[in-house]
Amino acid sequence: MASIGKIARRTFLIGSAAVAGGVAFGTWVVRKPHANPLEDGLPEGAATFNPWVRIDSDRIMLITPHADLGQGVAQMQATLIAEELDLEPGQFETDFGTPSPAYFNGAFANDAAEDLARIAPLSAAALHGIIFSAIKVLGVQGTGGSTSVADSFDKLRQAGAVARETLKAAAALETGQPVADLRTRAGHVLLRDGTEIPYQALAARAAGIEPVTRVSLRHRSEWRLIGQPVERLDIPAKSTGTQAYGIDLSVPGMVHAAVRMSPRRGPLSSYDASAAEAMRGVSQVLEVTNGIAVVADNTWRAIRAANAIETDWAPANYPADQDGHWAALSESFVPDRLDAEWRNDGDVDAAGGEVIEAEYRAPYVAHQPLEPLNAIVRVDPAGSEVWTGHQIPGFVRNVVASVTGEDASGITLHNQYSGGSFGHRLEFEHIRQAAEIAAQMPGTPVKLTYSREEDFAQDFPRHIAIGRGRGTVADGQVVSVDISAAAPPVVASQMGRIGLSASGPDSQIGAGIFNAPYDIPNFRFRGYAVPGLAPVSSWRSVGASWGGFFIESLMDELIRGAGADPVVERLRLMEAYPVAAGVLRRCAEMADWGAGRAENQGRGVAIVESFGTPVAEIVDVTMTERGIRIDDVWVVADPGIVVDPVNIENHIQGAVVWGLGHAMNSEITYADGMAQQANYNDAEGMRMHQAPRIHVAWNEDNDSPRGIGEPPVPPAAPALANAIFDATGQRLREMPFRNFIDFI
Amino acid sequence: MQITVNGEARDIDVEPDMPLLWVLRDELGLTGTKYGCGIAQCGACTVHVDGMAVRSCQTAIGDLEGASITTIEGLGTPEALHAVQAAWIEHQVAQCGYCQSGQIMQAADLLARIPEPTDEDIDAVMSGNLCRCGTYPRIRAAIHAAATTMREG
Repeated sequence: MASIGKIARRTFLIGSAAVAGGVAFGTWVVRKPHANPLEDGLPEGAATFNPWVRIDSDRIMLITPHADLGQGVAQMQATLIAEELDLEPGQFETDFGTPSPAYFNGAFANDAAEDLARIAPLSAAALHGIIFSAIKVLGVQGTGGSTSVADSFDKLRQAGAVARETLKAAAALETGQPVADLRTRAGHVLLRDGTEIPYQALAARAAGIEPVTRVSLRHRSEWRLIGQPVERLDIPAKSTGTQAYGIDLSVPGMVHAAVRMSPRRGPLSSYDASAAEAMRGVSQVLEVTNGIAVVADNTWRAIRAANAIETDWAPANYPADQDGHWAALSESFVPDRLDAEWRNDGDVDAAGGEVIEAEYRAPYVAHQPLEPLNAIVRVDPAGSEVWTGHQIPGFVRNVVASVTGEDASGITLHNQYSGGSFGHRLEFEHIRQAAEIAAQMPGTPVKLTYSREEDFAQDFPRHIAIGRGRGTVADGQVVSVDISAAAPPVVASQMGRIGLSASGPDSQIGAGIFNAPYDIPNFRFRGYAVPGLAPVSSWRSVGASWGGFFIESLMDELIRGAGADPVVERLRLMEAYPVAAGVLRRCAEMADWGAGRAENQGRGVAIVESFGTPVAEIVDVTMTERGIRIDDVWVVADPGIVVDPVNIENHIQGAVVWGLGHAMNSEITYADGMAQQANYNDAEGMRMHQAPRIHVAWNEDNDSPRGIGEPPVPPAAPALANAIFDATGQRLREMPFRNFIDFI
Repeated sequence: MQITVNGEARDIDVEPDMPLLWVLRDELGLTGTKYGCGIAQCGACTVHVDGMAVRSCQTAIGDLEGASITTIEGLGTPEALHAVQAAWIEHQVAQCGYCQSGQIMQAADLLARIPEPTDEDIDAVMSGNLCRCGTYPRIRAAIHAAATTMREG
């Protein structure tokens, strides 16, 4: 596997446009399927047909390898398998499975290929083939980039169909009846005479035959489950306190740990733990890389003792104070910081018309899902064991192996339902720390739980950015847009923490901007990469979370400057983008865009495409005596396919709340090298009293299944800023808005 | 000292300043009550003490001698749901679900006091309960639905 590690370091990364050096895998290697991990230790009489379906004599298990962080993908994956396998809710169990190359996520290739095709001398289709092959050969399993449906949609229906046809073949052998006479329904094979054989009763027979792989998928008109509301299998447990998350788990003999890590992300200079060591329940104080850990008999005692340690931390290797971060960005719009010119249509320098210029700013923002980071690790010479909720489970094993020195493939990972992530559980520092503590007490399971304050201090935030736009308008039309953004390269920052290097430009400096669905005659985007700032990470919708704010604010300024209507002028520029135009048109209809409003009310619109999905949002606000109140939001998205209309509505509403709440209320700022925000009172996103009515609809005109978890985030901030301008005449060019205007 | 948890008497032997949250989670193994912030800013740890919603992370166990505590596990079970839990399932409220124990305990307290809450009542009482997934529109709908069920029996 060493060569794969080298290939990975040299060539491969997720979410970035960089796949340098080509991919020299032979066709045979690419075509060869990965081994089915369910075959490991499969008992006599149990059948597995592929990595997603296992049937025993008494139960049916569906493997749903995409991690469920709250987005409902366990249900979504099960629905796709059950659609073809003819299972009803309640007839099967689900499990996240063991990490395996068989669960590689080929949909990571979608955005990477589309983005890279803008700057590489290859077509998107050719790049897709190369990147997909690399992901498959390397076996990259991961949940992120709004790819779960795209990755699963054909693959899991296929898995269900293979299992179904194999069960029918087994039934034919069992009964002597021809396969053509057999049907399946609700977990049973049906014979011609009406006899029903439960799948479980066919497991032993099915185990003895080769899976039937020549299957055809059902036509959309035959779907029973896809597109219908289902009761999500995890919701009763999550409504009764019976859903166990990683933080709730208990393993026999387990001890509790808390850490103090440098809030400046560097080494520990000195510490005094004498007070902590004397506290009730504390058994040990241990050093870990760049920090200290306390081991105790209860979570609260561990955290309290960790907080009692006196520490002296080395200085940060990024600007100590926030002004220094903004200054570094501001000074980076220079040729030697140019990361890529992602779009250059027409000639912006030659374009005539009235000039409008503006600068926009987006701060660092923390992820802070409500379940704090945690992990249980038991180090064992016979193979260590890990319990945690994570988006990249295979790399969790690698990180533990890097601490213990064992072979990663011998490590057992029990992936868990997560209490939110938003990109936070793409990180590995807490895993590494738990492993380092556990390695100092082999055989004892160690549960590390971050305090909320530690979680804030150690959160790798969304990458900060400045955008500079210059456009021209003439005769009531937008003539040119010349926009640039400077930001730290987020992919390199993330990859660097797990020892991988990122080569080539970072598409997350410009996502949402360079792919804006506008055919403006002159349109240029340049991204500038800023070194030396705070380490950063993917935050729900990543680059588009500010890219959308920059481009759609600028568009609003230009269109209003031209005296045109924000919807009408956008649609005029979108003729070459019918899917996106369809979304905007429908949103304007839903909101009754042209309707009159009171003097103190305003309305704003934005459309952003990210992760392949265009989303339009219209926001209505009222200027009250106490500040801005958001009344209504209309949202239309086009993810190509909707698996569950209830879940997607919930998900879109939540993404709008996320986009609005953080644009209004949240930032991370640094002082003395440390984040100044330590808990939710400092950075709370949105609360109930600020949540508007959110009206959701979708089209299914996109040509393939694309994402939904992130794409409704980017349009929220610009639609709100544009609405506030409409209501008050005040143009908000920097997030969070509450630094400049009051909200109710 | 002794407290009653979900109708059962429990003997507790910990330091008096340990928050009820950690007694429930780490001493009694009742993990339905969640740790989110530790400073009463998120509401994930909400339980009922003598019939009143409180933040268990800010309630020292030493102040609870003889108190009767209800947690999410005692409000209702998957087999015998409380009306608020039933409404939460009907409206498919949860995403990650981590805040929902606290939301449900706070909503049950709200409905015990204000059987027909307006949106303003809901905003006023529920704004202390943070949901990072943004399920607020569904929480609001579920509270109205539970109010109707509880009124009409």
